[in-house]
Amino acid sequence: MCLGVPGLVVELDDLSAVVDFWGVRRRVRLDLVDEPVAVGDYVLNHVGFAIRRIPLEDVQATLAIYEQLLQESAEGTREDLMVADVRSELAAGAPRESKP
Amino acid sequence: MTGRLEFRDPDRARALGGALEQAVAEVGRSPVAVMHVCGSHEQAIAKFGLRAAFPRGLDVIMGPGCPVCVTDLPEIDEAFALAMQGVRVATYGDMLKVPGTAGSLADAQAAGAHIDVVYSVAQAVDLARETGDEIVFFATGFETTAVATAAVVLAGLPANFSVLSAHKFIPPVMEIVAEMPHTRVEGFLAAGHAAIITGSGVFEPFVARHHLPVVVAGFEPLDILAALVKLVQMIRDDDHGVANMFPRCVTREGNRNAQQQLWRVFQTVGGRWRGIAHVPNGNLRLRDEWAHVDARRRFTIDVAALCDRAPSTLVRQCLCGNIMAGIAQPSDCALFGKECVPESPVGACMVSSEGTCRIWHQYGGVPNLGASA
Repeated sequence: MCLGVPGLVVELDDLSAVVDFWGVRRRVRLDLVDEPVAVGDYVLNHVGFAIRRIPLEDVQATLAIYEQLLQESAEGTREDLMVADVRSELAAGAPRESKP
Repeated sequence: MTGRLEFRDPDRARALGGALEQAVAEVGRSPVAVMHVCGSHEQAIAKFGLRAAFPRGLDVIMGPGCPVCVTDLPEIDEAFALAMQGVRVATYGDMLKVPGTAGSLADAQAAGAHIDVVYSVAQAVDLARETGDEIVFFATGFETTAVATAAVVLAGLPANFSVLSAHKFIPPVMEIVAEMPHTRVEGFLAAGHAAIITGSGVFEPFVARHHLPVVVAGFEPLDILAALVKLVQMIRDDDHGVANMFPRCVTREGNRNAQQQLWRVFQTVGGRWRGIAHVPNGNLRLRDEWAHVDARRRFTIDVAALCDRAPSTLVRQCLCGNIMAGIAQPSDCALFGKECVPESPVGACMVSSEGTCRIWHQYGGVPNLGASA
């Protein structure tokens, strides 16, 4: 529940952004991020909120960690707990599933 | 177990392993005991079998780093009672199965209560707006998650939305654990992503008071090894400072915008943490000016009705509290992997993906413990 996940800002309005996470697009709130965010920036996100703009020089190293994690999980036979946490984070910006 | 050490850079892993062994030897006493306070650290340690690679003289104890696990019975009971009173309760998925005195929120759901699992507090606010139903958000997690709750409060809430805060603040519990006689912790690894918000500077008053080093660490296996080398070297050198070994993400000041929002909405109060008992300033409560969105003030929560139910025999045998306090390991528990499994957890530590029991169970039962007591 304390794991942030990086994604690419593809659209912006005042209060939120559409962020691309490995092809999955989610809406992320910008209330908490502490510097201006632009389209093309990478942000680290937690429970549906961007918490940090990732400096350009750190983007590749940050993405590589997650990409390895997701790749190992795709190859493995069972879901990894850290990957499960990442997937929860991705679900945070999804429209709520409507249940009757 | 070493066959599972699949680092991208085995040479660097070997070099760090060697440096760690040397630093531990140079401390000159055994074991050197350090504590981490992050479920993601335990995930990486267990998944990569790191304990097998630690030198024999090093004890890496898992502390109260799982927010779901440290949420204690009274808070679960409040959410359970509200749900049974007919209020719609929204919360993070991990909270569903955590047992309270009379049952878990999943039990309340089975009994007809209306529980909604959300991945973000923003989704819970949307739910209130869309349905018009009275919604209580059962808010759990450390400061990293509490800032999101603060943000929605400050952004303006619909009248039918309130917050039952079980948010917790990590630095105060480190003070308690540092003074617990049986743990003898000589230094802490602090969680990298939590420190994005607070900054590594939040630990400076702690190290000044307790003369114990704190190293902020990332959650990759090599990050953890590198941070442990630094921590043990600081113990060896009597260097009671804060080192930031995760500068890619963490600054000394942290995210000031998020901190300001956090403290405009919340204040610290003392409260119970599972296994640690009372932690002064360890809980985050809504400030008085937000009383109108505080579920504890909006509703009369009748937990007394739950109190005549004694916890089951199994729950009384559960060691989750001692595991959170760093004085027991999952393998010490008679229920671990037998009566208590992820599908039917007896205690909170088997529920959450950050719970020590769940992590050990996932990654092959009992990891090789190297130097553990």
